[in-house]
Amino acid sequence: MTLLSVQHLGKSFGGVAAARDVSFTLQRGEMLAIIGPNGAGKSTVFNMVGGQLRPDRGTVLLDGRNITAASPQMRFRLGVGRTFQVAQTFLSMSVAENVQMALVSRRRESGALWSPARSRCRDEAVTLLERVGMADAADHPCSALAYGDVKRVELAIALAGHPKLLLMDEPTAGMAARERADLMDLTASIADAEGIGVLFTEHDMDVVFGHAERVIVLVRGQTIATGSPEDIRQDPDVRRAYLGDEHALEKPKGMDSA
Amino acid sequence: MDLSFLAIQALNGLSSASSLFITACGLTLVFGVTRIVNFAHGSLYMIGAYTAATLVPRLLEFSFGPVTFWAGILASAIVVGLIGVLIEVLLLRRIYGAPELFQLLATFGVVLVVQDVTILIFGPEDILGPRAPGLRAPVEILGRRFPSYELVLIAAGPVVLGLVWLLLRRTRFGVLVRAATQDREMIAALGVNQALLFTGTLFLGAFLAGLGGALQIPRVSAHAGMDLSIIAEAFVVTVVGGMGSVPGAFLAAILIGQLQAFGILIFPKSTLVVVFLLMAVVLAVRPYGFFGRPEAIGGTHAVGVASRERSPFATLAALAVIGVLAALPLIGDAYVLKVATEILIFALFAFSLQLLIGVGGLVSFGHAAFFGLGAYGSALAVKWLALPMETAIPAGLLLAALGAALIGAFVVRLSGIYLAMMTLAAAQIVFAVAFQWVDVTGGDNGIVGVWPSAWASGPITYYLFTLAITAAVILLLMRVIDAPFGYALRAARDSTARAEAIGLHIRRHRWLAFTISGAAAGLAGGIYAFSRGSVDPTLLGIPTSVDALTMLLIGGIQTVTGPLVGAGVLHVLRDQIMPLTSLWRLVLGLSIIAIVLVFPRGIVGTLRAWREERA
Repeated sequence: MTLLSVQHLGKSFGGVAAARDVSFTLQRGEMLAIIGPNGAGKSTVFNMVGGQLRPDRGTVLLDGRNITAASPQMRFRLGVGRTFQVAQTFLSMSVAENVQMALVSRRRESGALWSPARSRCRDEAVTLLERVGMADAADHPCSALAYGDVKRVELAIALAGHPKLLLMDEPTAGMAARERADLMDLTASIADAEGIGVLFTEHDMDVVFGHAERVIVLVRGQTIATGSPEDIRQDPDVRRAYLGDEHALEKPKGMDSA
Repeated sequence: MDLSFLAIQALNGLSSASSLFITACGLTLVFGVTRIVNFAHGSLYMIGAYTAATLVPRLLEFSFGPVTFWAGILASAIVVGLIGVLIEVLLLRRIYGAPELFQLLATFGVVLVVQDVTILIFGPEDILGPRAPGLRAPVEILGRRFPSYELVLIAAGPVVLGLVWLLLRRTRFGVLVRAATQDREMIAALGVNQALLFTGTLFLGAFLAGLGGALQIPRVSAHAGMDLSIIAEAFVVTVVGGMGSVPGAFLAAILIGQLQAFGILIFPKSTLVVVFLLMAVVLAVRPYGFFGRPEAIGGTHAVGVASRERSPFATLAALAVIGVLAALPLIGDAYVLKVATEILIFALFAFSLQLLIGVGGLVSFGHAAFFGLGAYGSALAVKWLALPMETAIPAGLLLAALGAALIGAFVVRLSGIYLAMMTLAAAQIVFAVAFQWVDVTGGDNGIVGVWPSAWASGPITYYLFTLAITAAVILLLMRVIDAPFGYALRAARDSTARAEAIGLHIRRHRWLAFTISGAAAGLAGGIYAFSRGSVDPTLLGIPTSVDALTMLLIGGIQTVTGPLVGAGVLHVLRDQIMPLTSLWRLVLGLSIIAIVLVFPRGIVGTLRAWREERA
């Protein structure tokens, strides 16, 4: 069933149309990738779905509910979790406390003034960290982690809100090739197990064609193609858009066509 | 009130707008390029006035005439420009990457140094400057006499605007200044000689401040204290105009000049209030002023309290400290107890500020407002309602909490330097009310006869009373810092985007933090009022706010207990050094600068790092 429905989304920045009439849907448990050259409007579309940007036109529906004008906080309550292009965590806190903070917020206890925060929701936080393979680092300061690990912690934070929809803006940027595949495999298995819809943007075509079930191609703010990875790879418009980087869309070596 | 009178008022407004613009233009240029809000800009203005008032009469003795006069004014401005270069090379250059709070404090350190050095060089007397040759006779406008010098001033503003515009548009230096104002990192990446650019900008900024000050000498005598009064107004102009925007500063200066000229007719006693209210209104509608732009993401770099393993001895240590303090009356005499009482009060005051700065990353530069509101609230309750201490102190706390809730509602929309400026402005409003509403507050003289109830009136009992309350409230606040609320404040400080994405209502939390912090500061103020028996407007002044900030700085902003240590150290130092020298401000200013440069982590922070390195 349709989890996210984006209809005719448009946004301009001082005369430059960053997104024009962008429409797509996302099902529960599906992994949908948005790709496109730099400046295609991927992050703009993304931030309009996440609530960081207000669209000029169009609507965003989550489970049929209009969330176009909802604040990021509201979207969190409605089941939208997200990770950022540059990982956003609370660097002054430990890894577990980062996740605890999200759990505390979900329970609407962030205004509590009396009992210590560090003992709240601790077990649940460690369980979440176990799922992303970071339980051993639970008590490390978040500021001391390697970047790939920070991305995992960010995923755990996003999962703490019990999301229906997970938004991941370039989830593997700045990571080593091996880490990328691991993180996306992990995301896919969680999404599958819990029926979470995942919308992600990505530059790495291995990640896109290896993990997305469907792909949307944006160029200059407009959707030029939507379809399975195989369709996208064959699409002449897409090939033209990536002209000068012909190999970008070729099959990764050692992968057979699914 | 006829037409000619209104015309004269408007002209008066324009002439003060011109002076204000010339000074504020330098401040906004310096901010645009260096991203430092230079507190010492007002000091440069003051040096300009003193230099001109001393230099120009001597020059006029050699050769009397307008050329000499104006050459003297220009020379004074150039001298100030060179002092600006000195400040850039010796200090600012080292703190461009530092957190905003440190930058503000370091430049305030310069303010303190300059205050004492100015008196050393020019003497404590006000210096009356000469009148401008050729401009002594007033002109007649619509049948009223108007000083011709003021007309020259009115023209000076647009002339300076034009020259600065030409400089920015037509020279390579100007292109670089504009580029740096838009994107400082890009300028660095392009291989521009930044040191030269920054030094040049400081020369220009200081030159304009000096010019603004020097132009004042035929109107007002050069006097100590003109630095803080002009800086407050210049801040308002730059913030209202949009920080970094020269045309914005011009527009704001004209607006404020007119507001002052006509505001005096409507509210004769509250011109300051009118000016700062304008700023509050503008920032509420346009958080970045007329032409300002929001800082790019990642523009703030708040430092503060981080999670730590709690030492198993922490509770024991706290109990031991309280025990020792409770035993102090056994060994200390009345004087020691009086000092200790004040230290405890200021420890509470500083600690309440730490909730905002260290935990929330909210650089409040007007915390004296809440301390003063608490003190005045208590004193007013005694004077007008004849309440006893037991109810007067809670009344003061209530007034401070209400004030903090009101101010907080305005400022939680802002961040970084705008928040600092807005809290400063709010504190100046409160100061102005206390200073100018003489019938109620006693004005400059304040309120006397605020004595504690009989049971608490001895030095020993009042000390123990203070200890009990401050210890209880500090422990309470520590729990708040450790509770989810304190964590949520830290979360918003660490990453706004992440905090919103996990559903935290940042403004709501910050507003509550302001209210709690203001209430605690107000409590400290109330206790202070009864310990001294009187209140006066200095409790609400900028120096009181800076005292609290200095205590945080000395103790360590990244530590929870730092402000308590800082309060003790600052107070003891002041107590020991002040009787020895008349140059206390010089010592304090240099100490602040030294701490920012050498020990940015403060005493507790440095000790902890040292211990952890050994472990």
